[in-house]
Amino acid sequence: MVLLTTEPLQPQQAVNAVMTDADGAYVQFVGVVRDHSKGRSVTGLEYQVYAPMAIAQMQKLVAEVKTRWGLACAILHRYGFIPVGEVAVVVCIASSHRAEAFEACRWAIDTLKHDVPIWKKEFCPDGTFWIEGEEAIGAV
Amino acid sequence: MTIHALFFGHYRDTVPSGELTISLPDSATVADAAAALATTELRLADLLSRTRVAVGADFATAETLLKDGDELAFLPPMSGG
Repeated sequence: MVLLTTEPLQPQQAVNAVMTDADGAYVQFVGVVRDHSKGRSVTGLEYQVYAPMAIAQMQKLVAEVKTRWGLACAILHRYGFIPVGEVAVVVCIASSHRAEAFEACRWAIDTLKHDVPIWKKEFCPDGTFWIEGEEAIGAV
Repeated sequence: MTIHALFFGHYRDTVPSGELTISLPDSATVADAAAALATTELRLADLLSRTRVAVGADFATAETLLKDGDELAFLPPMSGG
């Protein structure tokens, strides 16, 4: 399953979506908004999204995890303003065994950051910054 | 033909609505669209060097042919997660 929403994320929803009685484990990555970034103090992030493509790209990731590892994957991403301490992204992989679940989860979150059209804007005490890859660009 | 160009990341500060509609000759490519946009707004001149592109919400290239009504998105390096 994939979910793109402005509402607070419930990580358990991703677990429920992927687990069956045949699975002995799940590996879950939960990304949370932190209060600093590369020396800047951060009060919150605003995520901007190209929704139709983001959903399609997340569905491709889920399909690729099924093809490469034969595992079920759920991806949840929140957008809009998210304060420090709240969940921005959840990736969950169900598996009979742990090794491939860790590998698939790592691949899915790494690929999401590169290929799913979502951008964050950092809100800091000294201004706002668009984050584009490794670059921070002062926002108007 | 008419193309809907979409902008994200810091380009939203240049195009606050996030979208510009442009007219192009038939058989225009993504590169032609970027060149046309660069002539209307200096701050859009670096689009092709700084962004990946998508046509119809799927990754495309500078050589991709456009057709009337296409949605052409300029995607700066992403930062989700």
